[in-house]
Amino acid sequence: MGILEVKNVGKRFGGLQALGDVNLSVAENSVHAIIGPNGAGKSTLLNCFVGKLIPDTGSVMFDGQSVLGRSPHEINQMGISRVFQTPEIFADLSVMENMMIPCFAKRDGAFEMNAISSIGSQKDILERAEHMLEDMNMADKQHMHAGSLSRGDKRRLEIGMCLSQEPRLLLLDEPTAGMARADTNNTIDLLKQIKDTRDITIAIIEHDMHVVFSLAERITVLAQGTPLVEDTPENIKGHPKVREAYLGESA
Amino acid sequence: MFGLNKKDTTLLIIVAALCAFAPFLLNPFPEGSDMAQFNAGYPDLMQRFVIFGIFAIGFNILFGLTGYLSFGHAAFLGVGSYAAVWMFKLLSMNIIPAIILAVVVSGLFALLIGFISLRRSGIYFSILTLAFAQMSFALAYSVLTPITGGETGLQLALDDPRILGISQTAQGNIPVPGLFGMEMRDSFEWAVGSWLFTFNFGYYICALIMLISFYVSIRIFRSPFGMMLRAIKSNQQRLNYTGLNSRPYTLAAFVISGMYAGLAGGLMASMDPLAGAERMFWTASGEVVLMTILGGAGTLIGPILGAGMIKYMENIISKINETILHEWFYWMPDGIEDLLVAMVYPFIGKGWHLTLGIIFMLVVIFLPGGLVEGGQRIANLFRRRKAKKDDTKGTTEPAE
Repeated sequence: MGILEVKNVGKRFGGLQALGDVNLSVAENSVHAIIGPNGAGKSTLLNCFVGKLIPDTGSVMFDGQSVLGRSPHEINQMGISRVFQTPEIFADLSVMENMMIPCFAKRDGAFEMNAISSIGSQKDILERAEHMLEDMNMADKQHMHAGSLSRGDKRRLEIGMCLSQEPRLLLLDEPTAGMARADTNNTIDLLKQIKDTRDITIAIIEHDMHVVFSLAERITVLAQGTPLVEDTPENIKGHPKVREAYLGESA
Repeated sequence: MFGLNKKDTTLLIIVAALCAFAPFLLNPFPEGSDMAQFNAGYPDLMQRFVIFGIFAIGFNILFGLTGYLSFGHAAFLGVGSYAAVWMFKLLSMNIIPAIILAVVVSGLFALLIGFISLRRSGIYFSILTLAFAQMSFALAYSVLTPITGGETGLQLALDDPRILGISQTAQGNIPVPGLFGMEMRDSFEWAVGSWLFTFNFGYYICALIMLISFYVSIRIFRSPFGMMLRAIKSNQQRLNYTGLNSRPYTLAAFVISGMYAGLAGGLMASMDPLAGAERMFWTASGEVVLMTILGGAGTLIGPILGAGMIKYMENIISKINETILHEWFYWMPDGIEDLLVAMVYPFIGKGWHLTLGIIFMLVVIFLPGGLVEGGQRIANLFRRRKAKKDDTKGTTEPAE
């Protein structure tokens, strides 16, 4: 039994069958990559995990509980954190405040009417957020406006915000899309470090083969809404079907 | 002090001082002088300054922090007024129960409207709140006449029960609102030379309540709750995917700002015990939006400045008429005098809206952060000039 079990998931948008019949099992504490050509249904699938979309058929179980029909914040509180394709952070708030918000969500749950005490009096949250920023090598930037960070730092902050909630499953949607090579390598190193130092399962959707092959322990290839193959990176590299569907004949 | 940091404490003390000395500050010109018409230090207007200050402070908690633009906040002001007047009719002329009921009723009303309107965001939210407020206005004007007094408004009468007070005074008049023996209209006048300063009891009650409201709003701004509200404005999607439910946060902010509006409505009725449906009209809702943006949405003091500025213009500029203009320009040659009067005339009297509109446009275009941003820019200018002076000193000294 994996931590995330996807069974017979199908999703149709009007005349387009975005997801056909997806079966997927993500093992606990592994790094599982989902790859596929454009329009293969990768993002649609991910949106079914986090409550943004509800599949027409099938089931998505996280740690033995169904996530279907739950709203994004409920799914997050179950232990799934998500990193977006373009970094989604609180651009108008300071880096420190960005990091404090998930710490509040972890401590107080989905809603807490804490309108009288000052932020400065929340010592445990401040400590935790500072610690997390040090982990992300961003302690020197804590007073900066999050919106003025570089693209790579925004990504780093977003990943740090997700990690501060101690999720059991971290979902990454093309975390290096549109990044310069140096930023991509930094992100790979960061994810490797996370994988090595934490009890966490990582599911990653990615286009960049360099990223996939340097991180993933298992790879699922999606094409036209259905999984083609699922195997280790070594076997996927040489798989003829994958070459045909994804890398193209010439590769 | 009071759990605030140094900067916020200073701000609170400044506002408190401004409120306390308003009768002096707003009456800078001697009685009978040409400039006396610019004096705003009379009780009625000073009360309005602080009451609309409360209204705008509350509106800013919703709009300034969460970015949800409500176009129907006057409905809560109106409901608060009606609740307070009913308290005067049924219970007693003491303003405390009236204000408490005003806040509670408008809070409940805001809970209902907010619960429905907050299902949508952006322009749809604004339209929903506007629709609710206009519905409330129409109902108050027609169907609900037994409760609201309809077109004439809700007024006190000699035969009201007032079970804890008196139906009529010994002289056969309707009693006036008061607080433990002090009447709201009680004033103390102090003549210094040709100046006349009026210290009104009702004004000081309102000012005290505004200070408390301002203090509470600072605490909300600086609290984890306030931070969540700013996070909603910044990126609601991220907030939801961080395990936080934005709906109860926005609803709480909506109810709090509705209660502020109700408090302002209750105070209005306490100063002048009548309530009419026109208080709920959409222009009244628009006015508080203007006040907040003009002063600086999302800043602490901005809404108070905006409220003060609009109420000052409404009451002072609108009083200038053609005769006064001719008095101002009498020393000019006849033709030029008439030309100047003709040019200025559209901006005064009933044309004060035109002046307000132009000022509003200039502020939005050149100072998107409102009057507060203007103040900050001026302060920065001075600071930079000072820093430059220090710099030149620093560089010239070693050379000597």
